[in-house]
Amino acid sequence: MEATSLKTKTPASRKSRGWDKFFPRCRRLLPLILALVVLIGVWNLLTTGLRLLPLPYFPGPREILYELWRDRGLLGLSTVYSLRLLAIGYLVGTLGGLAAGILMGWFKWGEYWLQPLLRFIGPVPAPAWIPLAMTLFPNSFLASIFLLGLSSWFPVTILTWSGIAGVNKSYLEVARTLGAGDRVLLLRVAIPAALPSIFVGLFMGLGLSFATLVVAEMLGVKAGLGWYIQWAQGWAEYDKVYGALIIMALLFSTLLSVIFRCRDRILAWQRGLIKW
Amino acid sequence: MADAKGCLSLQRITKVFPNGSGQTIPVLQDINLEIRAGGFISFLGPSGCGKSTLLRLMAGLETATGGVIYVDGEAVQGPHYSRGLVFQDPNLFPWLTVEGNLVFGPRARGNELEKGILEYFLELTGLTEFRRAFPHQLSGGMAQRAALARALINRPVVLLLDEPLGALDAFTRMQMQDELYRIWRAQQITVVLVTHDIDEAIYLSERVVVFTPRPARIKSILDIPLSYPRSRENPDFFLLRNEILKLLNLSRPEEEGEFVYAI
Repeated sequence: MEATSLKTKTPASRKSRGWDKFFPRCRRLLPLILALVVLIGVWNLLTTGLRLLPLPYFPGPREILYELWRDRGLLGLSTVYSLRLLAIGYLVGTLGGLAAGILMGWFKWGEYWLQPLLRFIGPVPAPAWIPLAMTLFPNSFLASIFLLGLSSWFPVTILTWSGIAGVNKSYLEVARTLGAGDRVLLLRVAIPAALPSIFVGLFMGLGLSFATLVVAEMLGVKAGLGWYIQWAQGWAEYDKVYGALIIMALLFSTLLSVIFRCRDRILAWQRGLIKW
Repeated sequence: MADAKGCLSLQRITKVFPNGSGQTIPVLQDINLEIRAGGFISFLGPSGCGKSTLLRLMAGLETATGGVIYVDGEAVQGPHYSRGLVFQDPNLFPWLTVEGNLVFGPRARGNELEKGILEYFLELTGLTEFRRAFPHQLSGGMAQRAALARALINRPVVLLLDEPLGALDAFTRMQMQDELYRIWRAQQITVVLVTHDIDEAIYLSERVVVFTPRPARIKSILDIPLSYPRSRENPDFFLLRNEILKLLNLSRPEEEGEFVYAI
């Protein structure tokens, strides 16, 4: 009598869905693909064809592709180094941010003691700590992990904190009348309710980590894509610079979509409510 | 029903709230009330008079400034799953399915669910087909039934309802009133219903407590002598209705000296 929009999927419809979805998607993307082809054509014409743009700053697409292939060993290694640094740093910062945010959102003393730290240290951009980090840590790898951790720690902490502190009081009251103790209130009510906000923090933290990663690699670390760009620029090998930029763009956007996917899966209960 | 559970005794309950500028506002004043085990009682009163506060005291979500509430002889000290509470907003946990919401209570207390209990309460509230739905997929009436089931699955002896049907349209509301009656009969628990709806109070309850405007005092307790199941067309219904309107000072303003713009 009170019908809702419950989806019912039959196995048959799921099987044919792949093709049904693939074709409209191709048609939708066709103008974009055409535009890309035209763009590359114009670029090729302006550089290799008519030589209108100054070299070596603007190499043609063929040169870049060639460099990407020729220098694949070093580029691959640089990518792996960047990824390793990013993964460890982001993980450390995120875990620290979740812990700090939960303490601040749930415990009065957590807010009292951590808020000044957050207010004071948080807004300082992580790269500003580079000189200090380089002297405090025995090697540039650990220093970079500290910097990356710091840059993701700040947004994750803030948004976890506000997410937990802002949990609808009624959820907590209902849970208490259902017999929930403090542990259950935190783990099974407050944290799940704060997840949408926590995910915003995870996105922002990742974005800031990218920035810090590249800066750190350009200034101190002797490996990674940031270092590669800096090094290639020193030799005026701009085709390499562009090649590394392309890899970076692909890598970072892939990582962001991975988090998007995770969020869509974990916050499936929100479907229809998420607006961003 | 000598051994029935859920007998409530409110003794000299008072509650004051700080108003933010150092003074206190009395909300409840000297409330004395006995509710029999398995009874159905309604609280009626002008908006903001403090009847919801009284219910929250009974749930244990707030502490009284003075007086004690006893449930089966034991003083209330904080929330307990034996006193289920349902708000006007269903407040289902949006990250859990209907089923997840129902088993939340037993799981939170580390209890294994008896076999078939979940199915029984899904069936009782007509949610069997929607057990895997998320709250945002439910209509208002369904969400409120899920909230009821979530409270009932803990086998409470008292069910406290804070305007549970207040947000529903008139049609769904009447359906839900019948469901409430059915559930009360099936579960044999004590129900305390806070409502704004005079007809709802008369239709469902054995006794109606009418409160004064803030600070709430008990103005009158009416017995509703109609036999169950009741009919909304019963002529006695209107007599009772008029009586309550008069108690609430809501009949014609010319006849009554003081008119309260509270509802």
